[in-house]
Amino acid sequence: MSLGPSLSRRTLLGMSGGLAAGAFVSSRRARAASALEIGFLYVGARDDYGYNQAHAEGAAAVKAMPGVKVLEEERIPETIDVVKSMDSMIELDDAALLFPTSFGYYNPFVLQEARKYPKVQFRHCGGLWTEKDPKNAGSYFGYIDECQYLSGIVAGHVSKSKKLGFVAAKPIPQVLRNINAFTLGAQRVDATITTTVIFTGDWSLPVKEAEATNALADQGIDVVTCHVDSPKVTIQTAEGRGLYTCGYHVDQAPLAPKGYLTGAEWNWATVYRGFVADRQAGKPLANFVRGGLREGIVKTSPYGAMVPAAARAQADAVKAKLVAGDYVIFKGPVADNTGKEVIAAGVDHGQTDLWLEKMDWLAAGVIGKT
Amino acid sequence: MADLGIAGVALALFGGAIRASTPFLFVSLGECLTELSGRINLGLEGTLVCGAMSAYGAALLSGSPWLGVLAAALVGALLGALHAGLCSLARVNDIAVGIALMVLGTGLAFFFGKPLIQPRAPMLPALPLCPGCHFAPLRAALDINPLFLIGVALAFVLHWGLANTRPGLVLRTAGDSGAAARAMGYAPLLVRLWATMAGGALAGIGGAFLSLYYPGSWNEGLSSGQGLIAVALVIFARWRPLACLFASLLFGAAGALGPALQSIGVHQGTYLFNAAPYALTLAIMIATASPRGALAGAPAELAVTR
Repeated sequence: MSLGPSLSRRTLLGMSGGLAAGAFVSSRRARAASALEIGFLYVGARDDYGYNQAHAEGAAAVKAMPGVKVLEEERIPETIDVVKSMDSMIELDDAALLFPTSFGYYNPFVLQEARKYPKVQFRHCGGLWTEKDPKNAGSYFGYIDECQYLSGIVAGHVSKSKKLGFVAAKPIPQVLRNINAFTLGAQRVDATITTTVIFTGDWSLPVKEAEATNALADQGIDVVTCHVDSPKVTIQTAEGRGLYTCGYHVDQAPLAPKGYLTGAEWNWATVYRGFVADRQAGKPLANFVRGGLREGIVKTSPYGAMVPAAARAQADAVKAKLVAGDYVIFKGPVADNTGKEVIAAGVDHGQTDLWLEKMDWLAAGVIGKT
Repeated sequence: MADLGIAGVALALFGGAIRASTPFLFVSLGECLTELSGRINLGLEGTLVCGAMSAYGAALLSGSPWLGVLAAALVGALLGALHAGLCSLARVNDIAVGIALMVLGTGLAFFFGKPLIQPRAPMLPALPLCPGCHFAPLRAALDINPLFLIGVALAFVLHWGLANTRPGLVLRTAGDSGAAARAMGYAPLLVRLWATMAGGALAGIGGAFLSLYYPGSWNEGLSSGQGLIAVALVIFARWRPLACLFASLLFGAAGALGPALQSIGVHQGTYLFNAAPYALTLAIMIATASPRGALAGAPAELAVTR
């Protein structure tokens, strides 16, 4: 006999458990109903000075809210493992709202779970939800390229060699958008500035990230930033080589007291508290949440002491316009690094433009290939 | 600063060979000793990761990175003793035990390493071999960690010691024929215990280099299979310590190739270059494989049919 796909081993266990200890299960469920159970799933360690730490800081902000219970699980691979973790949070802990935070969880794992548990809400970090997907799923993301643009302005002021470096994991749209925003920001200061990109090939490869940072330093590059899961290795290696650095995900200033200029940080607390408050008030949850500096979903690290006044003034002026919502980063004309015009003169792609989430090009001045 | 271009790639390969080769070197020398005594310890990947974690933790608690190295060596020796102890029992397969130890070592390291991801431990110092160099990339490439120099010296000492000392002879005898070792009055199991413990200690020190020098932090993706590659290195180094040294340097350099080429703007075949160390392992294994008989230089006790 084969069990159908809808009847999982866990369901079966739950049924037999229910027969054996029905009284215990029902009393536990009744108790759990008093608090809203919320699950956070991370792909790596919660204190990685990076992507997962940024989400865990958001989860900590949710923990401080009344009437909620937060469940967290770390180091869940982007495989069938995440389904098992979601199953157990839903079946065993009665979680009503799940935040699977890693990009690769979405398709097919989150979609599959959302169809299986229509009463549970799933909100996934990234930009992947579309109208065709289940209504109890959704996605949220931040326009962190705004902060990368500001980092670029600061880097452009500080760089003497006019050569910047970027250690990146994979050429996906979010990463390319950050590289382009960083470069365009720097080119506002000096149009001749270039950014050399090194793709390491995966989100967490410490030795390769260290090698990449050293290779950039050997080429005379003097400001480095990155888009990998944990910037710790890149920032420490760059500090050791005497380079300036711009951080990513969370504040890495303690790792690089001499070279940390500023950085692009997430402020997930805003998003998570919003979702939880809506759920507690019984309001429907939004399927598609986006925002940048204006909405408080991203923030910048405080400037390091070495950042000159001119850089602070220019970055602060642009930041004020971004917060007010009247500044466009991807404003034509923009050419890619093969010489093709990607944004025509007079065309503005504002932050909410979904075209930007399909980015597959690198701007002129970026040395690298998608 | 001058644009280095291709010369920069050569320099990066040179620097990479020195920076990234040390874990390969220590693990392969350790495995070389263990295999020469007639045992395979496949668990050195776990020992490497466990060593990295213990070194980081001990350095953090004591404030001294060298105490961290010592702790890594002790933990490595303990794991080695566990392997040797289990394999001393009748009808226990050393390869299976090694695989179990690999999983155990990584699991223990991840479990105890949880609180160590965020804090910063004191790092091992670098010896600047060329502090007067005006050319920064060369100066950086010549910042050498003492562990690398110790590893190089150890390769020469083992090369000499295996051929010219009594313990070297006993080790090789136990590896080539347990019966002969017994006839000489040495217990092969005891020889293998010491050899596996020494191998584990060396692998532990290799881990200490990863967490306390380069890349110099503890996290769960730190090793990414370097311990396994190092075990494969021993086979194509033909159980010769000096060959282990050159193979490790080659692998360190191969790892630096992908990033270095991208830094000068060569973007064709990025993924291929990033896979260079693994492709190299396969290529050398194929090139050195013999269709007839056992590998030259292999300890006879390692043979599956004995």
